[in-house]
Amino acid sequence: MEVRNILKLSVRNLRSNPLRSFLTMLGLIIGIGSVVLIVSLGAGAQALIISQINSIGSNLVGVLPGASDENGPPASVFGIQVKTLVNDDVKAFLSDSRTIHLVAASGYAQGRVKMVYENQELEGGSFMGVEASYPEVENITLSAGRFFTAEEDSGLARVVVVGSGVVDELWGGDNPVGKTFKMKRESFRVIGVVESRGSVGFSNLDKFVFVPLNTAQKILLGWRHLSLVRGRVDEAQNIEETILGMKDVLRERHNIDSEEEDDFSVRNAADAVELLKTITDAFRYFLAAIAAISLLVGGIGIMNIMLVAVTERYREIGLRKAVGARQAHIQNQFLLETLVITGVGSVVGIAGGAAVSGLIALVARALGYEWAFIVSLPSIFLAVGVGLAIGLAFGFYPARRAAKLDPIVALRYE
Amino acid sequence: MAAELFKVENLTKQYENDGVVTPVLHGFSFSIGAGEFLSIMGPSGSGKSTLMHILGFLDHLSGGTYHFEGRDVSRLSDDELATMRSEKVGFVFQQFNLLPKTSVLENVKLPLLYVDVSEAVRTSRAQAAIEAVGLAHRLDYLSNQLSGGEKQRVAIARALVNNPSVIFADEPTGNLDSKSGAQIMKILNELNGEGKTVVLVTHETTTAAYAKRILRLKDGLLVADERVDEAKRQQALAAELK
Repeated sequence: MEVRNILKLSVRNLRSNPLRSFLTMLGLIIGIGSVVLIVSLGAGAQALIISQINSIGSNLVGVLPGASDENGPPASVFGIQVKTLVNDDVKAFLSDSRTIHLVAASGYAQGRVKMVYENQELEGGSFMGVEASYPEVENITLSAGRFFTAEEDSGLARVVVVGSGVVDELWGGDNPVGKTFKMKRESFRVIGVVESRGSVGFSNLDKFVFVPLNTAQKILLGWRHLSLVRGRVDEAQNIEETILGMKDVLRERHNIDSEEEDDFSVRNAADAVELLKTITDAFRYFLAAIAAISLLVGGIGIMNIMLVAVTERYREIGLRKAVGARQAHIQNQFLLETLVITGVGSVVGIAGGAAVSGLIALVARALGYEWAFIVSLPSIFLAVGVGLAIGLAFGFYPARRAAKLDPIVALRYE
Repeated sequence: MAAELFKVENLTKQYENDGVVTPVLHGFSFSIGAGEFLSIMGPSGSGKSTLMHILGFLDHLSGGTYHFEGRDVSRLSDDELATMRSEKVGFVFQQFNLLPKTSVLENVKLPLLYVDVSEAVRTSRAQAAIEAVGLAHRLDYLSNQLSGGEKQRVAIARALVNNPSVIFADEPTGNLDSKSGAQIMKILNELNGEGKTVVLVTHETTTAAYAKRILRLKDGLLVADERVDEAKRQQALAAELK
């Protein structure tokens, strides 16, 4: 019996009971659909995060306290305090000839604190202690007021520049420049508002209050170390040289003889993008794997229905055997029927998953995110492959059972 | 007598279910020549259907030997039996066993799906078989749109389409009124006239009257092997077909 004939037959069988065929496929449709959806959404989200990071500028280099291996994040990323990086390290970068290509650099010290304005409270609001060079380092512009100066920083001035999200939360969207609010019982005066930047990576930059570094360290944190140093390199081709220079400067200052003893990690933005990509990829595949469990459930549903179909069609099977069908003929017929079901189910699932993903992309764009609709060809091939593999795996047993039927028993079956 | 087509010797058959052995055929021998019109008769439980299943390659025998066209077919595998069914025999069942909601043409083509011929050959051979049973005008009817007699004629066309040397008919008139039944028997009689060996399983004497030879089974044993006198047979046929 040729494939063409079996295909014709299975399509006819599927069409003779459309509701049942649809319900049989439904598990698989949902499974394939959710895998495609998750992989697609993941790709969209990843592209968004990465494009946001790139928008800050790929000429950025960062120094994190604490050692790390080449690809993993340093301990400080996980909230462990490492106190090796200090304000004078930043000054050293800016004066040393080995880091001559560094056009601007700033130390960062961040924390959370309760922020109070009149009767508005922001519990656990994020603040970031930065230096006056911050706007130059991160390429930001202000929508109102001005940024603080180096003199204000060294003079422990109680002035801040706030993100637009904070403006919404504490001042209901009103221009806060000139207004005073409290952090740790100290009054701070707002002198500027940063233009909205949205989320970068996993943190929303608009929700930060920017405090002069020294003020942040001495009044809000009670530390003298930094959680991060960022610097901007003049040209992309000088990044490598600058990173080496920064490492040399730090080793000299921290009395370190060899690379193994480094108490810091230097990264550039490209590395950060790579790292983030690794992390988000892991997330994506983890979620897809969870969604794939529903594929298994779908496969079991298909096997169940195929077993019912074999029982229902005992007489047909008996007749086919009586007129000369061999075991392989019957087996192939039922296997191919299962493959047709899973094939159609996979296509519908892919279309459904892609459609939902497309819809989400449209909504995200309507909300102002630069969300790309990405359905990769490999993910489609993978989905179809998995669908067909499920058809083979779960269709085999029912097909084998049909093939082994005794023609006499099957013919007599009522 | 014509060339020997079937030859069984000391044939036994027993079924085993959960360790319980039920003997059905107790060991007997006979042979059937090509071109015969044979009726296997007996009360229900006598083993006549089992005998037909073994002769028609649907079932294995438990003991003894079975030669078909001089070849020992006693110990064939399931797939070898399938090939024999495909090439040598055609079946007509009491329940018709047509594929539901499927056209007459598709039903008759069914046995050809398992034979290596082109689709065009399948169609032309199926059409010829349908014409032979007088149903050319019903080619595209669905099986459930046919009367009982028409269904059984489609089944005969299906049995013929592989051009087998033997046609097995298991109570072919059992579900039909007497007029349609007579029509079916007439077709089988004509096929026998054209040289096909017909093996009929029945317990109806009117149906058995078409046969030229009657094997009578009782309790798994062959109790009589009668040759019908041709003059008497013609008389009976004339009366039946009146």
